Amino acid sequence: MLVSVYRYNPEKDAAPYMQDYNITIPGNRDVMILDVLALVKEQDSSLVYRRSCREGVCGSDGMNINGKNGLACITPISEATNGKMDKLVLRPLPGMPVIRDLVIDMSMFYAQYEKIKPYLQNNTPAPAIERLQTPEEREKLDGLYECILCACCSTACPSFWWNPDKFIGPSGLLQAYRFLADSRDTATAERLAGLSDPFSVFRCRGIMNCVNVCPKGLNPTKAIGHIRNMLLSQQV
Amino acid sequence: MVASVTNLGRSGLYDWVIQRLTAVILALYTLFLVGFVAASPDLQFAQWQGLFAQTWMKVFSLAALMSICGHAWVGMWTISTDYLKNAGVRFLFQLVCAGFLFVYLVWGIDILWSV
Repeated sequence: MLVSVYRYNPEKDAAPYMQDYNITIPGNRDVMILDVLALVKEQDSSLVYRRSCREGVCGSDGMNINGKNGLACITPISEATNGKMDKLVLRPLPGMPVIRDLVIDMSMFYAQYEKIKPYLQNNTPAPAIERLQTPEEREKLDGLYECILCACCSTACPSFWWNPDKFIGPSGLLQAYRFLADSRDTATAERLAGLSDPFSVFRCRGIMNCVNVCPKGLNPTKAIGHIRNMLLSQQV
Repeated sequence: MVASVTNLGRSGLYDWVIQRLTAVILALYTLFLVGFVAASPDLQFAQWQGLFAQTWMKVFSLAALMSICGHAWVGMWTISTDYLKNAGVRFLFQLVCAGFLFVYLVWGIDILWSV
C-alpha cells in the first residue's frame, strides 16, 4: 500500500514535502491508520507524530487522513480509502503551525479553550457532600462532556482558519455550552456576556464541517445554536 | 470578548438579528415584486408608476432599501474581517463599501420620492 506522508523538519528542511512509503500490511488486514504509521516508522524512524492511548480517548493523534480530519487510532484503512485500500495521504491538521511532520502547535486552540473558562463556577455555599443534579439535569450534558479536545473540528473550520485568535471555534464553543447547560454552574450571565461580540460565537456560519469530522460523533453546530438562543432570549 | 469598532451594532448578536430581519424584509419585497409582475401580464409604465406613487409602496421600498444597506454592511464587514488581514486595506475596503451603500440609500430615496 502506498502511504504519502507530510514531512517537515524546520531544522533541516527549507520547505515541507510529501514522502511516499510502500507499506506491506501483514495479512492484508483492515488495520487502523495509527498501525500503518507504526509500520512507516519501522521503515523511517525520523517520522514524528503524536499518539498515546491508541483507542480514541486521549485525542493525541488527530490528523488529516485522505483529506478528512480524524483520529488515526480509530480510523480503519477501509474507511479512509472508501474501501479501496489503495493509497493513504497523511497530513497534519490544517490551519495550525507545524512543529515537525504530523505534529502541530496547538497553542491557539488551547488559548480559545481557556477563554471559555472550562470549569464549574458556583458562588453559593458548598454543600456538605456534593452538588446534586436530577437525572434530567445531568442528561443535558450528554453530547457535550464527551469532547476529548483532539482539535479535529476546529481545524476543519474555515472561520477558525481565518480568525484563530478571535473565533473560539467549534470545540471551545461545545465546551462553553457544556458549562452554560450545567445546572450547577451559576456564572451563566458572565459566560454569555463574554460571548456576545461579533467574533467569539457569531463567526460560525453553520457549515457543519465540525459535525462531519468529529471522531466522537458530537454536534458543535447544535451547541452553538443553543448558545445563540440563550444570548437572544437574554437580550431581547 | 473581542472588541470591534467598525461592525454595525458593536455586538455579534445585534448584527446576527439585523441580518436575519433584513433578509425576511428583502425576501417579502422580492416575492411581492415578482408576484406583481406575474399578476400583471400587460404591465405598462403608468401601472408601474402608479404602484410606486402610493405611500405604502414608498414605505415598503424604503424598508427594503434600508434592509439592503444593513444586510450588505454586515455581510461585507464579515468578509473583510475574514479575508483582509492588513488593517489599512481592510479599512479602505470597508470605507468603499460604506460609501457605495450610502450613495445607494440617498439615490434610492431620491428616486422613490420623485415618483
